[in-house]
Amino acid sequence: MSVDTQTVRRVAHLARLKMDEAEIERLKGDMNQILGFVEQLAEVNVDGVEPMTSVVDAVLKQRDDVITDGGYPDRVLANAPEAADGFFLVPRVVE
Amino acid sequence: MSLTDLTLAEARDKLAAKEIRSAELTEAYIGAIEATRSLNAYILPTPDKAREMAKASDAKLETGKGGPLEGVPLGIKDLFCTEGVRTTACSKILGEFIPPYESTVTRNLWDAGAVCLGKLNLDEFAMGSSNETSAFGPVMNPWGSDNQRLTPGGSSGGSSAAVAAHLCVAATGTDTGGSIRQPAALTGTVGLKPTYGRCSRWGIVAFASSLDQAGPITRTVRDAAIMLTHMASVDDKDSTSVDVPVEDYEAALERGVKGKKIGIPKEYSVDPMPEALAAFWKQGEEWLRDAGAEIVHVSLPHTKYALAAYYIVAPAEASSNLARYDGVRYGARVPGDDIIDMYEATRAAGFGDEVKRRIMIGTYVLSAGYYDAYYLRAQKVRTLIKRDFENVFAQGVDALLTPTTPGPAFELGGKQDPVEMYLNDIFTVPVNMAGLPGISVPAGLANGLPLGLQLIGKPFDEAGLMSIARTLEEAAGSFAPPAR
Repeated sequence: MSVDTQTVRRVAHLARLKMDEAEIERLKGDMNQILGFVEQLAEVNVDGVEPMTSVVDAVLKQRDDVITDGGYPDRVLANAPEAADGFFLVPRVVE
Repeated sequence: MSLTDLTLAEARDKLAAKEIRSAELTEAYIGAIEATRSLNAYILPTPDKAREMAKASDAKLETGKGGPLEGVPLGIKDLFCTEGVRTTACSKILGEFIPPYESTVTRNLWDAGAVCLGKLNLDEFAMGSSNETSAFGPVMNPWGSDNQRLTPGGSSGGSSAAVAAHLCVAATGTDTGGSIRQPAALTGTVGLKPTYGRCSRWGIVAFASSLDQAGPITRTVRDAAIMLTHMASVDDKDSTSVDVPVEDYEAALERGVKGKKIGIPKEYSVDPMPEALAAFWKQGEEWLRDAGAEIVHVSLPHTKYALAAYYIVAPAEASSNLARYDGVRYGARVPGDDIIDMYEATRAAGFGDEVKRRIMIGTYVLSAGYYDAYYLRAQKVRTLIKRDFENVFAQGVDALLTPTTPGPAFELGGKQDPVEMYLNDIFTVPVNMAGLPGISVPAGLANGLPLGLQLIGKPFDEAGLMSIARTLEEAAGSFAPPAR
């Protein structure tokens, strides 16, 4: 399988990456090279093989659903590009 | 002999015996770091913090209350969040991010008494094998020269260069597809990737969460054992950290290899196989046999598919993990016409080329209509890769011996093609895909440059693995770069 310019443009938007036409074309070349490389997986017989969901034999831990941390909004907001009144600030999303 | 020539074990013992003070040892490293800025190993030295921590350590050592690493100066890969100290993952998108918390691994090290010398360079978000994708520029391998500018490997290139050049006693690294073992091999140092789940991932900037694992880069196998003992822990903050007790890995080092069965997997040869590499591999086999191990030839038939499966699984997980960098909660923000435009502009300006490439591949293989063909199939192949190892271990094999990399350190700028760069991890990637522990030990020099041998162990058998590594090291010796 290979990707065309239209697909690369769509994927860039899905990934929220702004790209000009030159970059789209460059990525198209790179992606097709990488997709060509991974194509070899098609020759592996995977009939009846379970996809891996956990690499170690361990049961995912559970805990009581209680608050164990928090209560320090200043620290949470300390690195925000814009914040006010205990909230992150973003451009207007509702007209 | 300079203070910076002491190994971790030696420094620790001299500090505990009050033969040296942490303040003088730390000062020697601060001086060495200043004098070698051209290597670009440290992107943020923290001399004031180091002096303060050393002073506190000396006070504890004075009263005999020092921890197991009391006063030992370490370098920290800039992928570990350090409270109050800028952490960037060597990406522009994190800007001047100052974590309000400490990663569990570094917390464990400081609790043991270690001193922080600063933050070390790496490939952006640990995506790379040469340290060239760093937003702070590449690192020089101390084995190179001004005329031959060589990579220290990647992604933990700052860590490997700093350990090789004696700019820290030991360093932390992370390994998703070879990022500890490959740079260790290229710099003549020891690099250990523990079993997945051995070290907590909490507070480590995430790349591919099912593969990422922290470990040390050190000058000796003993030092790696000491470091692992104080990095590993079971952690409530990482649900994938596994409830297996942390051992005293140093105590297990001299167990030897008598009666151990070492497998040589036939699939770990490349075509063409560099002569020196084949010779060291053979030599490693003989060293272990001479020390009493039984050598058996084994097959891991799905090895050749590991790299292809990795380049689906790792970018897929990366594209999900890196979705968090949106210019809202931390890092740099580029304004836009609306919120989507702001996201797109921020991410376009903040991520470098290799990171974008992987986000694009990852987003594509997870997108509707392609998920089954790529991602699901890759995860099935991953099951087969892991099964290969399980079959070999079920035959009584204790560990596998392979080369670490297909060749020695290469010149900066020498590999422009992405797939050619990916091939550097051909021997290390299968270990991550199967979640196993692996260690790279220096084997010797070829044309004046180090090459490494890799040992792959059973899950959570780091103690057994390291005693075999110690045997290899004893036979091979140790290697220091020429003085600059």
